[in-house]
Amino acid sequence: MTMTNVSGPETPAIVAEDVRKAERTDRIVGTVQRQGALAVLVVVVLIALATFPNFRSFDNAATILVAAAPPMLIALGMTFVIITGGIDLSVGSLYVLGGVLAAWASQYGILAAFLLPLAVCGAIGLANGLLIAYTRMAPFIVTLAALLGARGLMRAISSEGSNTYLVQNDAFRKLGNGSFLDIGYQVWLVAALVVIGMVVLARSRFGTSIYAVGGSEDAASLMGVPVRRTKVWVYVLSGLLAGLAGAINAAKLGSGVTVLGVGMELDAIAAVVIGGTLLTGGAGTIAGTIAGVLLLGVIQNLINQVGNVNSNWQQVISGAFLALVVVAQTYLVRLRRVT
Amino acid sequence: MALLEVVDVSKIFPGVRALDSVSFTLQPGEVHALVGENGAGKSTLIKVLTGVYKPDGGELKYQDQPVQFGTPMDAQRAGISTIYQEVNLVPLMSVAQNLFLGREPRNKFGLIDRGRMDREAREVLAGYGVTTDVRRQLGTLALGAQQMVALARAVMIDAKVVIMDEPTSSLEPREVQTLFGVIRDLHAKGIGIVYVSHRLDELYEICDAVTILRDGKLVHTGKLADLERIKLVSLMLGRDMAEVRREGATAFSGAATGDEQAAPVLRVRELNSRHKLHDVSFDVRPGEVVGLGGLLGAGRSETVKAIGGAYHLDSGTIEVDGKELKKPTPVRAVHAGVAVQPEDRKAEGIVPGLSVRENIALAVLPRVSRGGFVSDAKIDEIVDKYMKRLRIKASSPDQAVGDLSGGNQQKVLLARLLATDPKVLLLDEPTRGIDVGAKAEVQSLIDELAAEGLGVVLVSSDAEELVEGSDRVVVLRDGVVVGTLTGAEVTTEDLMSTIATEAPREH
Repeated sequence: MTMTNVSGPETPAIVAEDVRKAERTDRIVGTVQRQGALAVLVVVVLIALATFPNFRSFDNAATILVAAAPPMLIALGMTFVIITGGIDLSVGSLYVLGGVLAAWASQYGILAAFLLPLAVCGAIGLANGLLIAYTRMAPFIVTLAALLGARGLMRAISSEGSNTYLVQNDAFRKLGNGSFLDIGYQVWLVAALVVIGMVVLARSRFGTSIYAVGGSEDAASLMGVPVRRTKVWVYVLSGLLAGLAGAINAAKLGSGVTVLGVGMELDAIAAVVIGGTLLTGGAGTIAGTIAGVLLLGVIQNLINQVGNVNSNWQQVISGAFLALVVVAQTYLVRLRRVT
Repeated sequence: MALLEVVDVSKIFPGVRALDSVSFTLQPGEVHALVGENGAGKSTLIKVLTGVYKPDGGELKYQDQPVQFGTPMDAQRAGISTIYQEVNLVPLMSVAQNLFLGREPRNKFGLIDRGRMDREAREVLAGYGVTTDVRRQLGTLALGAQQMVALARAVMIDAKVVIMDEPTSSLEPREVQTLFGVIRDLHAKGIGIVYVSHRLDELYEICDAVTILRDGKLVHTGKLADLERIKLVSLMLGRDMAEVRREGATAFSGAATGDEQAAPVLRVRELNSRHKLHDVSFDVRPGEVVGLGGLLGAGRSETVKAIGGAYHLDSGTIEVDGKELKKPTPVRAVHAGVAVQPEDRKAEGIVPGLSVRENIALAVLPRVSRGGFVSDAKIDEIVDKYMKRLRIKASSPDQAVGDLSGGNQQKVLLARLLATDPKVLLLDEPTRGIDVGAKAEVQSLIDELAAEGLGVVLVSSDAEELVEGSDRVVVLRDGVVVGTLTGAEVTTEDLMSTIATEAPREH
């Protein structure tokens, strides 16, 4: 019988060097993942400032922000949903439904104009969440059903979409068109909600649970995270924010326009992913989502500046960005794992 | 007072009695080894203890009170904490977040106090030999460090019982010593530990008591110090040391068919893979069956997979028929003439929904297709040949493989391997889960194939099958070749004593 000796482990010095290198790579990759969209946004804005004289005005900046307010709210909710590893396709429909409901309810006062869309869209979000969390149906299918259902509901209450309710309440109308420090009220409202969202996500146990559920559902439940409750809540939030986005848009337009919101869920998903949130869940930031929304908004604005360019090019550019970001994300995640 | 008592617990799955009236007692401050081969019932027992499974009979007593755990959370709240073999943490979250998930320190506004959390995490982890930046993503840490974080977390939640399922399988020797330090601390605090491992050296270093399971039954429980290593191994494998080797327990002929002078058809030199394999070397000559012996986790399957290009190697050379197999991938290995029958044929081998014909054809498509088109006639010819040759019992070549018996499924898999015209056949547990008759058929097939000049590597947890089927047995332990049995040494007794020998002290 022959005996062979055990080979020794690596020397600690090499291990320590490995660890330092891994930590450095991890820091750099993490920063690129978090701040990539912001960096691209800054570059695009700088180029725009240099090339388009009209882009440079304060008014234009305010216009971009006002236009970005509803998409920002929807993308905010979507960020929560995607970090849990889910998806919410119903938000475009909830947005238009919220707008129609707000316009109709405005005849009963400004409070009703907000509460009705919030209640209805929140309830649909709750239904989404309960189905996803408790029956373990795929979020894609559940929210696709809600997309169809909510749009159907909107058409039912607006005579096939032909009946456009006008906003009857002056205070509500003022909210959509008035401004504070020359920036629209809705921008301030959205900014406040975004800040609250950031604190919740980064500093509350609910926020931590969202990351844990998306990062590894099995591990999260073994560690005692209320997985199902967390899932229900993110879809409720997403529904509420979509309804609110519809309401503030109705206030701005002065009516419940019935042709809006088609494909808006996809824009929101695109903005969230461009902002560095992993579509597979577990990682992402609201700061990234802000950069993603603004980036799409600025590109849209620039296309409008050029004037004679077909606005469909905006979608071509957004699509290209998205593909680029997803490829970069995949690469970065792998880079982080290997080390 | 016993901390945790398992009384006559049974667990039945369709067709299998996974646990058959098993009892054991864990005392406070005791480190209790739970050992047994694959399928012995260890994992089932752990899952019963942690509330994943409900027992079908018997009862659990925790601190002298009868208990029932509905979910893993119930068990955790009662103070039974488990460290799983695969790390059960969230890789994308930071180290500190993982450590404190659900119990984060909060400031007066109810928000998570990040600074305090990171500081406390650093302090706690330093005690476990983990000195990394706690804000790093957990998934970027080495597996050993992740395992330490899981350990720290399990101990932090005021556990009274800590169950460790192969905690050292991904640890470096240095980390193993840290783990043992923690275990000694827990022991001193009166916490009971259930320790599952296949590494005998570890068991004898750290455990007080031992419970041995085999085929779902309790075969021994008592003080570990009173139990000789060789006795422990024989209890685990189910072989009585004094019992004379029964001739003909398997269908292997026993005659060595290898040509001593022939050049090896497979030459494996110094295979290394982090934690799993250390300088594994051996040769297989044409017509020879070389067994890989050792306990579960010794590196047998890893060796087989590595040669087949399906397991990462840090270094080492593999030569097939004199030609080096460079940077092995499954495709390159097949081209070089290596055929691997994986351990889990359901997950890695056959495609149950496809027919016998399609399953066999999968492997030969590249050879029988011309310009992307497949010749049906050629496939029929090959399928027919192997169905006859391996005596595959199917109603027709079009019967779905999933509907065949286990033995015939295994033969379809063998047919597929042989259809690639291999020079070396690597078989990982070829007779697991198939009935006695089919077992004998597969065993004699292996003999026949070797007689025809194939080099065969055989992995089997069945000591008799391994010994009687192999001309030589290379014995592995913890990824190291600890001995080679040749000629008259190829007996279960020699196999067991080689497995049980103490490892040379290294750390």
